[in-house]
Amino acid sequence: MKVRVDPERCEGHSRCHALAPDLFVLDDFGNATAASDGRVPPGLEDKARLAVANCPEYAVEIVEDAG
Amino acid sequence: MSDSKPGSGAGPGPGSQAGPGSEAEACPVSGQGGQTASEPSPERPPVTDWRTDWDHLDPQWRDNPFPIWDELRTGPIARTERFEGAWLPTRYEDVKAIAYDTEHFTSRRILLRHKKYEDPPLPAPPITSDPPEHKAHKQVLLPFFTPQEVGKLEPMARRVCNELIDEFIADGRCDAAQHYARHIPVRIIAYMLGVPVRDSDLFIRWIHEILEVGIVDDEIGKNATKAMRDYFRHHIALRKVGRTEADPDGPEPDLIRVMMDGSLNGVPFEENHVLGTLNLLMIAGIDTTWSAIGASIMHLGLHPEDRARLIAEPGLMPTAIEELLRAYSPVTMAREIKKDVELGGCPMKKGEMVLLSFPAANRDPAMFPDADRVVLDRQENRHGAFGLGIHRCVGSNLARMEMQIGIEEWLKRIPDYRVVGDVTWSDGTVRGPRTLPVAFG
Repeated sequence: MKVRVDPERCEGHSRCHALAPDLFVLDDFGNATAASDGRVPPGLEDKARLAVANCPEYAVEIVEDAG
Repeated sequence: MSDSKPGSGAGPGPGSQAGPGSEAEACPVSGQGGQTASEPSPERPPVTDWRTDWDHLDPQWRDNPFPIWDELRTGPIARTERFEGAWLPTRYEDVKAIAYDTEHFTSRRILLRHKKYEDPPLPAPPITSDPPEHKAHKQVLLPFFTPQEVGKLEPMARRVCNELIDEFIADGRCDAAQHYARHIPVRIIAYMLGVPVRDSDLFIRWIHEILEVGIVDDEIGKNATKAMRDYFRHHIALRKVGRTEADPDGPEPDLIRVMMDGSLNGVPFEENHVLGTLNLLMIAGIDTTWSAIGASIMHLGLHPEDRARLIAEPGLMPTAIEELLRAYSPVTMAREIKKDVELGGCPMKKGEMVLLSFPAANRDPAMFPDADRVVLDRQENRHGAFGLGIHRCVGSNLARMEMQIGIEEWLKRIPDYRVVGDVTWSDGTVRGPRTLPVAFG
């Protein structure tokens, strides 16, 4: 599984980072990008889904599901 | 069950004349019902038809707005001839669409007043800024409000909370809005700005005069804005001669210094910009979080089962905070229509205003199942309590931190308490408890 943050949509609510600090990093302005190329380590899939479900801007998405 | 003030009568339901459910309801257009706002009267006629004559200063709205919003969501975007003509979206999708549409809606006026008294209005960047300038106006502030930066203020916030609790805990009762919630954000924003905490009561008075009284009384609003600008002018002048009244342990640079030194493309910010931003930081940094902390303490006082769960499961706190923000969102902002536009069949005309009710959007059952119930572990929560789109609140991370610490420290010291009297609510733009009598021990 991979996650992605759409930089055009992200407004820096930082919900993804609060819910899944291992999966997202914030820049100096508080805007998020996916950590480690977006790869979701095993066991963190639920956190990735939670990050998606709590982004007010619909900026976080799961882009690839390796199954 | 929706939570309003205990013991408050909900008042007559909205839209009793309009009636829900009639198909393809026409958009209420100018001239239907209502009255013009050109003759401001201290006696605001009570609202009897919320679809065509809404008024967010009406006591029904102040005391219990939830049934009003529920009713309005079933019809077209509501209209009023008060405030020189304004619209009120209450569905999440409509609020979001307007928040995202900076082509037709400008932020240059973000307070809905009984009349527009200034043209052009005084800027308060970045909240009053539109693209393309908005981005730079906001970016100068953002680095000071990241989760990491505001995390450094946590120990101070805990200390402030405990000092406040020390003052009243032996009494067995207090007003949690007046004696606790209101002092937490003001002390922290004073520290960040670099102004003395001893002036807190002054700040709180100005903000009340600007956001509540000033909405219908131009003189009071103008005077308070001017007093606040003069205050910051004074603190800027001090810095220019190497002096400051900031907390000696305060941040370096403080936010006054940040704005003094701010520039855009090498051109220093104009004084109007600097003072506008500083006024904004103070106004936005106080009433809003005071309201959110107070409403949370009220909810947990009225719902012992939620309180017990939060105490038993402290890891739930961040999720619970989001839910309390959703259910009791304090902040409503306005927009001015910049270009004629039609939304949901409603013809919105240039120069009219829109009241952007994030609190109503956050109670929309189409977006949030069981919207009127506080579900502390709600898993999907895309609430817009801090706005949606480019105007996402600069201080959202600070507000969350203050809420979390404020509630945690309260529950540590006062795990068992109850609301013992009438809760009264603020008027207008920022909604929260202004008196919240509680007893404990």
